[in-house]
Amino acid sequence: MSEVILEMNHIVKAFSGVRALDDVNLKVEKGEIHALCGENGAGKSTLMNVLSGVYPFGTYEGDIIYKGEKCKFHNIKDSEAKGIVIIHQELALSPYLSIAENVFMGNEQTSIKGVINWTQTRGKAKEALAHVGLENENLNAPINSLGVGKQQLIEIAKAMAKNVDLLILDEPTAALNDEESAQLLEIMLELKRKGVTCIIISHKLNEISYVADSITVIRDGHTIETLHKGVDEFTEDRIIKGMVGREMTNRYPERVDCPVGDVVMEVKNWTVYHPEIADKKVLNNINLNVRAGEVVGLAGLMGAGRTEFAMSLFGHSYGQKISGDVYMHGKKVSTKTVREAIENKIAYTSEDRKTYGLVLIDDIKHNMTMAALRKYFSNGLIVDQRKENLEAEKYKKLINVKATSINQTVGSLSGGNQQKVVLAKWILSQPDVLILDEPTRGIDVGAKYEIYCAINDLAKQGKAVIVISSEMPEVIGTCDRVYVINEGEIAGELPKEKLSQEEIMKCIMQHNNRKGE
Amino acid sequence: MEENKKKYVNLDVKSIGMIVALIVIFAIFYVITGGKNATPININNLIMQNGYIIVLATGMLLCVLTGNIDLGVGSIVALTAACSAKLVVEQGWSIPLAWLVAIVIGLIIGLFAGFFIAYLDIPPFVVTLATMLMGRGLTYTLLQSLTVGPLPENYTVIGTGFLPSVMISFASGKLDLVSVGVAALITVGLILNELKTIKTNNKYGFANVVPWQTAVKDVVIIALVWFFFVKLGQNKGIPIQLLVVGIIVAIYHFITSQTVAGRQIYALGGNAKAARLSGINTRKVFFWIYVNMGVLSAVAGILLSARQGAANPKMGDGVEMDAIASCYIGGAAAAGGVGTIIGAVVGALVMGVLNNGMSMYGLSTDFQKVVKGAVLLLAVVMDVLTKKKKG
Repeated sequence: MSEVILEMNHIVKAFSGVRALDDVNLKVEKGEIHALCGENGAGKSTLMNVLSGVYPFGTYEGDIIYKGEKCKFHNIKDSEAKGIVIIHQELALSPYLSIAENVFMGNEQTSIKGVINWTQTRGKAKEALAHVGLENENLNAPINSLGVGKQQLIEIAKAMAKNVDLLILDEPTAALNDEESAQLLEIMLELKRKGVTCIIISHKLNEISYVADSITVIRDGHTIETLHKGVDEFTEDRIIKGMVGREMTNRYPERVDCPVGDVVMEVKNWTVYHPEIADKKVLNNINLNVRAGEVVGLAGLMGAGRTEFAMSLFGHSYGQKISGDVYMHGKKVSTKTVREAIENKIAYTSEDRKTYGLVLIDDIKHNMTMAALRKYFSNGLIVDQRKENLEAEKYKKLINVKATSINQTVGSLSGGNQQKVVLAKWILSQPDVLILDEPTRGIDVGAKYEIYCAINDLAKQGKAVIVISSEMPEVIGTCDRVYVINEGEIAGELPKEKLSQEEIMKCIMQHNNRKGE
Repeated sequence: MEENKKKYVNLDVKSIGMIVALIVIFAIFYVITGGKNATPININNLIMQNGYIIVLATGMLLCVLTGNIDLGVGSIVALTAACSAKLVVEQGWSIPLAWLVAIVIGLIIGLFAGFFIAYLDIPPFVVTLATMLMGRGLTYTLLQSLTVGPLPENYTVIGTGFLPSVMISFASGKLDLVSVGVAALITVGLILNELKTIKTNNKYGFANVVPWQTAVKDVVIIALVWFFFVKLGQNKGIPIQLLVVGIIVAIYHFITSQTVAGRQIYALGGNAKAARLSGINTRKVFFWIYVNMGVLSAVAGILLSARQGAANPKMGDGVEMDAIASCYIGGAAAAGGVGTIIGAVVGALVMGVLNNGMSMYGLSTDFQKVVKGAVLLLAVVMDVLTKKKKG
């Protein structure tokens, strides 16, 4: 057994009496990639915040032993001085500053105190960027000219510039597509070869089982177990069992007694241009339909145009020069404004629930009734608060939103429960078609299962459901039929029998080849 | 899960904190002015002097709820007051017609600002800075820097007159029975409303506030109401201005708490993108908020000119800041999405009691500004700190 770089012993951290961490133990060996797994709210991020000094010494119980030394971090600066750097899920970059400036943000290279040495900044930035394979980027380009994937790599470069020994990555690939994620994982392995120890928090279990050397599973603030590569079973199912405390035999609940009916919505020749670049076609001649009781998937790589399709369809919320027709139950309808779309019984839940789906400072009931307020919860003018209370209460129970009451603020809920509120909001608008964009992004396994169950219930009620997802197993597990979208066009349509990751990828490849010719 | 279990929560300190602050500030000035600020005539003055600020604060709250402000209200107050005064005094127009013109002018300025803000996406700060400068400039031009007056009694009655009263002799003075009756009505209303809240909470299994805390809160508010109306009754009864302001406050309280439009304002302020994707026409909401502010500014202009019996180009200088401060003192969040009409009204009263008390004490108006600034800062700091503690 090699050297232990970090030991966290019997960590207890309570928030106003509630123990978020209860006797948590973590042992990380030098030079390994150690994954932390657990459902949302299990305490992973809290543990990392204890480690990095966000929660200062004295506000928790237990010991942190780092490089054989007992540590008392009072703030992040203390832990960074020891070479522990945490990269949070939300990127800490300033969009209009240059790459070089961002790499040294908070760690500015100065000659005389307080005066920036630009030569040194650029030179060292280049060094740091080399660690993540970005040495050829223009150092003076503003950060917002880079994609999310590269921005994430800049964060790592930023950490490398601080002479990091222990790098903590909180959900580094949550916002990345498959390709970018793969690149990031390779860079993690590269860093490992350079002797950097990593702790990674992620919900993407396939990534974890690929990259990690050992996995510590946390559930409800307790350490459940630590698995080691080569010693223990290291499969996704095994990890999930630790996380939820039981075997999840079927991650996708089966849909039974759900006959597929007539076509509910049909979209014909849908073409959309980029909102800023007027001659760039984002979507080209999309034709698709969805039937009652059917769950149709839109698969494809990130940036293929699926979200753009949904947003442009839903009240022309994306793009310009939109052409094409939408038919509901065979009748041509207009969806030019969101209100028209809602009135024509279309609902859309955004992939980014915090930005586009919820009013975080408002309570559950107000969020749930937001889209249906005028039509179903008022006489057109005055809100029927009695009905609002009753329905919100009903849906809270129905889709199992875990909260003290419907008066709780949505911002205080976990991601999974927030997603359920979004779902309830759109069910309450009584749609015939629901377009669910990344309905399970960033939520834990248990909540995912409940969302899948809710999708099944909707289908059983005869609703038509469109699921947009970047997770291919999810598309395959939940959908009756899948359209593969690539570069703004439909690359193919796959029936349930033919659904597999290979088929979807084959569709994309063939489409690329066709376009290349 | 625990529907049947009786559970109680503590009173939200924020909901009553400002009222307590109001009482404390009033009590402090009671001591240092030797009780002069609690005389019937001064209580009456408090309303007469601050009525138009309360009207502005109700309109401003809607702007603040969207996370913005309107800097132009002071100038609109001056311009509308100048127009209606000039029409009545110099052109001999009938008073209602002159008031209508004033309101239409407020409406037009509101439409103007609303158009730029909502449909051209110009930041409200910039647009209303422009209306502030333009409005003030137009007022000076219109009045040629002179005061117009005096206004006839039929005009000033809305700012200085009283409702009919039934005076009886009481203690060593007199008392208006109408004022007492209104106080009694409000008391009954408050109690019924409280009972209704408790009933609703029980029905849906929501937690009730600890009973003794509810009792203390209601007793304090009811005592305040009685104190206020008895003082008014000992003077000349209920000012007409109080009726006007009361109706406006009631309407806007209803709009913000009970209507679809009100809910849309909160949704827009809390998260404009989510509101838009929920089918709320955010441009329209923005537009009408600023139109509304223009109209309410005109109402405030009429009230102010009526009370002063004249119009001058300096009128309402800086009142936009008082209105904005009232909202923040009353618990509205600068980022938007949080705040109540009642809070803004209490905030305006806090400012009013401060102004009034400091003037009585003989503090210079220059130094009064220092105190007002400090109180504003203190109120918001307290608000932010209590929120932090909770989180």
